[in-house]
Amino acid sequence: MKAFEELWDSLVESLVGLGSVVRFLLRLIVNSPRAMLRLDLIAQQIYNSGALSLVIIMLSGLFVGMVLGLQGFQLLQRFGSEEALGTAAAIGLVKELGPVVTALLFAGRAGSALASELGLMRATDQISAMEMMAVDPIVRVCVPRFLGGVITMPLLSAIFCMIGIYGAQLVGVQIMGVDAGSFWSQMRASVGMADINEGIVKSCIFGLACSLIAVYEGYYAMPTAEGVGQATTRTVVTSAVVILFLDYLLTAAFL
Amino acid sequence: MEIRNLDYAIGGRPVFAGLDMDIGRGRVTAIMGPSGTGKTTLLRLITGQIIAEAGSINVAGVDMRTVRRADLYLLRRRMGMLFQNGALLTDLSVFENVAFPLREHTDLPERLIRALVLMKLQAVGLRGAADLMPAELSGGMSRRVALARAIVMDPEILIYDEPFVGLDPISLGVILRLIRRLNDALGFTSIVVSHDVQEISTVADQIILLSSGKVVARGTPAELKAYPSDVVRQFIGGLADGPVPFHYPAKDYFGELLAAGEVH
Repeated sequence: MKAFEELWDSLVESLVGLGSVVRFLLRLIVNSPRAMLRLDLIAQQIYNSGALSLVIIMLSGLFVGMVLGLQGFQLLQRFGSEEALGTAAAIGLVKELGPVVTALLFAGRAGSALASELGLMRATDQISAMEMMAVDPIVRVCVPRFLGGVITMPLLSAIFCMIGIYGAQLVGVQIMGVDAGSFWSQMRASVGMADINEGIVKSCIFGLACSLIAVYEGYYAMPTAEGVGQATTRTVVTSAVVILFLDYLLTAAFL
Repeated sequence: MEIRNLDYAIGGRPVFAGLDMDIGRGRVTAIMGPSGTGKTTLLRLITGQIIAEAGSINVAGVDMRTVRRADLYLLRRRMGMLFQNGALLTDLSVFENVAFPLREHTDLPERLIRALVLMKLQAVGLRGAADLMPAELSGGMSRRVALARAIVMDPEILIYDEPFVGLDPISLGVILRLIRRLNDALGFTSIVVSHDVQEISTVADQIILLSSGKVVARGTPAELKAYPSDVVRQFIGGLADGPVPFHYPAKDYFGELLAAGEVH
């Protein structure tokens, strides 16, 4: 009976938490038009979340592509169809690995930075100081960071896919000796706009989810060192789980 | 500023019950009292960061209990607040921190913003530090920059939350002098929350002493020193024990020690 009560309490708590996240999202959306008047603030956040994440995204894209090239070559060789390596790598990257791995890296690099920055702003009274200066911190601080993340994620995902395909080509064509013409022409023939659209939709939704979680956790962090640490950890963990869960839903929806 | 019959509780524990207080225009008023007596809570009520459960708080003609968010933000443009740690925006330089309210609320040309910011920085003696980042400032300098930022919109009311905590005697003297000088020169209504009896006595026109959520004494610094009350004497004299007990409420000391012995 006690276990049931605890389960019920945690269910209610989760629903209340979800409700407050949705309410926060609505506040961000409602305030977005006002925040969009300050394009300089959004550009700064695109730089913080995007440009500063480029190195990790490009390196990871290269390695993921190289692993795909190796594994794909091993597998396709068994059926004598190594030429399909280009298609396999491109489909795998554009539809799945690109959006998912980029989002996971984004949550770890940019999401954690956003959450800890906002948490520290709360802990050092910077948020309260803005409110006292009659500046709405949602408009001035949260929305630019949220929009910056939403804009950045699809761009990073595209770069990840591009470098990943180059990595697969590097291993498959340059090292394993797959014919370059077949690699590229089969890819061009088999990868359609529908596949690319799936990747774009996924990365946009992951970008929204990651940015929302990071900004929410940071903004409502407890104003202590421990609170900021917990907010950062929760951002990465929650984002990872949400990304993988959403990925399943979206993949099923696109079938 | 008028507070009447104010009730406020945190987690069911009443902080204020029927508090009455008046703060005069154009004067330096110090709000003092032992830790945990609700001074910071009172500041948050006055500035509309939290809402009282009953009673009224009238700030410059606005009732803080019923004020709408848009009106509250309009009122806050007429207020400045100095936070305990300065609360400077760490990603902006000293100059940009002071310019922040001007950039957010006005369309003034850059040349005018620059002139206004430099004038305010000159007033706190930090014009030469305009290009530094907050991380490069000492605690006293941070608070002076925050003070320049708080006065940049020429507010009517200036609120200081524990402005002397952790300052060396020189920085403390500088902040004290600034509080008085700015108040006299610019005609603010200044409210200072502080523990530092000796320091604040040198600049305050009026001291309001709170204890257990009630006003226990009010008057000029000289009047308070001669006030016939144990609580006031304990606070002004800095006595460890008195009506405000040294010990946090606890179980019987010997009983607890003996119980601890039995456990082992």
